[in-house]
Amino acid sequence: MAMFSSRNWREYPQRYRMEASRFKKSGKTYFPPRTVDPETGDTKQEMVRLPEIGKLLTYTVIRVAPSMWGDEGPYALGVAEMTDGTRVMAQITDCDVEKVKIGMEVRVEFRRIQSEGSAGVLSYGYKFVPKWF
Amino acid sequence: MREVCVVGIGMSKWGEVWRRSLRQLFVDAAMEAIKDSGVDHLDSLYVGCMSSGMFVQQEHVGALCADYLGMAGLPAARVESACASGGIAVRQAFLEVASGASEIVMASGVEKMTDCSGDDATSALAGAADQEYEVFHGATFPGLYAMIAHAHMDRYGTTPEMLAAVSVKNHHNGAMNPVAQYPFEVSVDRVLGSVMVADPLHILDCSPITDGAAAVIVTSEEVARKLGKPYVKIIGSGLATDTIAIAQRDDITAIKSAGMALDRALKMTNRKLSDVQFAEMHDCFTIAEIVVMESIGLYKPGQAGPAVLAGETALDGKFPINSSGGLKSKGHPVGATGVAQVIEVFKQLTGRAEGGRQLPGSPKIGMTQNMGGTGASSAVHILEVA
Amino acid sequence: MAGIVGYGAHLPRHRIKVEEIAKVWGADAPSYKKGLMLREKSVPPPDMDTITLSVEAARRALIRAQTVDPKDIGAIYIGSESHPYAVKPSGTTVAEAIGATPDIHCADFEFACKAGSEAMFVAMSHVDAGHMKYALGIAADTSQGAPSDALEFSAAAGAGAFIMGKENMIAECLFTHSYMTDMPDFWRREHEFYPQHGGRFTGEEAYFATTKGASIALLKKSGMKPEDFKYAVFHQPNGKFPQRVAKELGFTQEQIDPGWLAPRLGNTYSGASPIGLTATLDVSQPGDLIFMCSYGSGAGSDAFVWEVTDRINEVRDLTVRTHKLLDENLTYIDYGTYAKFRHKIKKNY
Repeated sequence: MAMFSSRNWREYPQRYRMEASRFKKSGKTYFPPRTVDPETGDTKQEMVRLPEIGKLLTYTVIRVAPSMWGDEGPYALGVAEMTDGTRVMAQITDCDVEKVKIGMEVRVEFRRIQSEGSAGVLSYGYKFVPKWF
Repeated sequence: MREVCVVGIGMSKWGEVWRRSLRQLFVDAAMEAIKDSGVDHLDSLYVGCMSSGMFVQQEHVGALCADYLGMAGLPAARVESACASGGIAVRQAFLEVASGASEIVMASGVEKMTDCSGDDATSALAGAADQEYEVFHGATFPGLYAMIAHAHMDRYGTTPEMLAAVSVKNHHNGAMNPVAQYPFEVSVDRVLGSVMVADPLHILDCSPITDGAAAVIVTSEEVARKLGKPYVKIIGSGLATDTIAIAQRDDITAIKSAGMALDRALKMTNRKLSDVQFAEMHDCFTIAEIVVMESIGLYKPGQAGPAVLAGETALDGKFPINSSGGLKSKGHPVGATGVAQVIEVFKQLTGRAEGGRQLPGSPKIGMTQNMGGTGASSAVHILEVA
Repeated sequence: MAGIVGYGAHLPRHRIKVEEIAKVWGADAPSYKKGLMLREKSVPPPDMDTITLSVEAARRALIRAQTVDPKDIGAIYIGSESHPYAVKPSGTTVAEAIGATPDIHCADFEFACKAGSEAMFVAMSHVDAGHMKYALGIAADTSQGAPSDALEFSAAAGAGAFIMGKENMIAECLFTHSYMTDMPDFWRREHEFYPQHGGRFTGEEAYFATTKGASIALLKKSGMKPEDFKYAVFHQPNGKFPQRVAKELGFTQEQIDPGWLAPRLGNTYSGASPIGLTATLDVSQPGDLIFMCSYGSGAGSDAFVWEVTDRINEVRDLTVRTHKLLDENLTYIDYGTYAKFRHKIKKNY
C-alpha cells in the first residue's frame, strides 16, 4: 500500500494554508506553487497565500462516488476563481447540491478531505462552502 | 523523412473478456495484425498501455508482449500517456519507420480493466488527472469532464440533448461494428433517463470499462508495396500537451492540446483541415467529442453541439465522426483506444468497414484524435489512402 | 491579569430536532423537550471534526485579534472529548493550519466537558506568567451520545477559540477559581465509542454541587455579587441545568440569555460555556463584567471573571457573530442522514 501519510504531509502548506508562488518577473500567482513560471521561465518567486473568497467557474455533482466518499455522496466539486484571479478545485460542502450554480460565491473552510479507512491517517485541507456571510 | 504506411490491422475481442488475460488479449490482436499484413517479421514493438500495474499488477509490458508473441529478443517498449497511450504507440512506430531506423514496426495497445473492482478501476483511471489537486479532492473522470460540460453549457448554451446526440450517433454506428462492446442503439430519451454519474453526465454519456487490444503494422512504402495489399499512408503525426489540471487552464471549455496536435500533424502534410473527410475522435465522454470538434477548428466554439444534433457528423453527414462507434459504443480499453482509432480509419480508407457503416464516396483522407486525461495530452494522426 | 485578545466560534450548520430522534426510538418528544429544555442540536457533517472546528474558530479569533502574528503564539491547547485521533495531537494540525509552527507548545486536553475552559485557563496562565506573548486556548467537540440514550438528544458539536495576551485585550480576566473532586458521574473507557453516565446522579451531587462550589468561591474571592455582572455563562448540558444553577446562585435570566445556547444548539461539551462566552462577548459593551463557570464530569469547574474593554466595539463584527451561526443558514436533517453523518450505521468494511 502506498504510504499516504508522507504524500499528504508534503502538501500541508497548500492544503492547510493555501500557499501559492508569485513570480517576481511576471507577477503571476500559481496554485499549487511551481518552480518555474510557465510564462517567463523565471524561478524567482515569493510565497503568497490565496484569498478565502472565490466564485464558481464550473462545478459538478459526483453521484457515483469512489467508496472513500461513499458516505458523503452525492457531493459537489467545483473550480473557483479566487478574488486574486487564481483558480482552485475543491469540494463544495455544506450546500444543497441541487442549488450549486456557476457564479456562486464560495468561501474556503478547513475540512476533513479523506480518511484512510477507519484506522488510517486523516487528511485535512480546503473545501468551499457557499458564502453566506 | 520517408513515407510511412499502415499495412495490416488486428483486434482482440473487446468487452468484458473474462477468458483472456492481458498478454492473451495482446497476442490475439498482434497475431491478427501480422496475418493481415503478410509481414514475416517485426523489427520492433511499441505497446500502449496506461495502467496495467494498477489494473492487474503487471508492469514491464513491452517485454511481456514480445515474449508471448514468441519474439523474445525483439526491441519492445511500453509507452504511456494515459488514454492517449495507443496514439503515442502509433506515433513512436511512425517516427521509427520514418527515420529509417526500422522497416517493420508494430504499434499496439492493450488494457485489461475488469480484473479489479470498480473502485480500483476508477482509481487507476484517475491517475490520468492531477492526483494531488484534483483526485485528492474527490474528482473522478466523469466529474472532470462534467465540469468541462457545465462550463461549456453555461458559456455556449450547449444542452444535455446535444450531449446525448453524440451518444445516440456513436451507438448507431457501433451497432454495425462487430467488435463493439455495446453494439446497440440508444435514444436521446434513454440517454437522458439513464443514471446521473456526475451532473450533467449520465452513464450513457460515458465510455465503458473494457478489456481489449489492438495492433497495426507500420512500415515503409517500399515494404508496403511489396506486400501487395491495400494500405494507407500516415501523412501526419502530432502530439501536444497541456496543464494536467483543468483549473490551471485559461479556458475550461476548450482542449487546447487537440488543436495543437492537429496543427502539428497538418504541418507535416500539404493538406488543410478541410481536406480531411472524417475522423475518429476521443469521445471518452460525450462532451469530449463536442469540445474536440471545436478545439481542432472543425466548428466555432458553441457550434459543435448543434452540428451533432443536425446530423452533420453522422455516417451520411458532411464530416462523419466515430464511424466505429467511438469509445462510447465500441469500448475504451484505454491503452488500446488510440490504435483502434487508426484501425477504423484504415478500414474506411480501404473499404473494409463492416456492417453497413462504410462511409459513402470512398473517402481519401481521415484522421484520429486520441487524448489522455482531460486533454493534458493529445495525439493526432492523419491518414491518406495510398 | 492577562485576558482575551481575540475570540472566535464555529458551529456546524446541520441541526436535528428532538422530535426526529424521539420518533425513531418511540420516545415522548414533548417530555424530552420540556425535561431537557432543548429543541434541537447541531450535527457535524462527516467532513467536520474537532480539528476542523478548532481551525475555523482559531482563524476567527485571529481575525478579531487583528495584529497578532501567528508566529507569536507560544502555545495551542485544545480541550475536547472527541479528538479525532486516540494517539496524535489535534493541536499540531491547528498550529500548522494557522501558521504557528514550529516554535510552539501544543497539548490536547481531556476532562469531559471541562477540557475547553481548562485549555483557556492554561493558555492564559502561561501568558500571565510571562512565558509567552500569546497563547491559544480552544474548546471544541463533536460529541456522541449512544443511540436512544438521553444523551443522544443533546450531544452536539461546536468550537470556541480564545487568543490570550496581555496587550490589546478584548476582555481582561480579573479572577479565576477552579474546583475539583473525584466524581464518577460520566465516563468513557478506552476503545468505547459512547460514554456512560450515572443518570440522575449527574445532577445534584455532580453538576450543581461543583458549579456552585466554584461559583461561590469565585464570588467570594472577587468580592463580587451576582448583580455586579452584566452577563453570566454556565456549562449547559441541556437548557435546564444552567438556568437552574444561575437562579440558585442569584443570577437572572437576562444575565444568562446571550450565552444560553443549549436550547437551540444542544450540549457542545467542552465547547459549551466557551461558545456561550463568545456569544456573550458579541453583545457586550466596554466595562461589562461577565461571569463564567464551566463544568466537566469527573468532576470540576473552572470559573472566570471577565471585564470587557473598549476594543470589543472595534472587533466584534470583524467576523461572524456566534448567534448568526446559531440562527442562520441552517439545514435540518432526518435521523437517517444523522446516522450516516455520525457513523452509526454498521458496514462490514
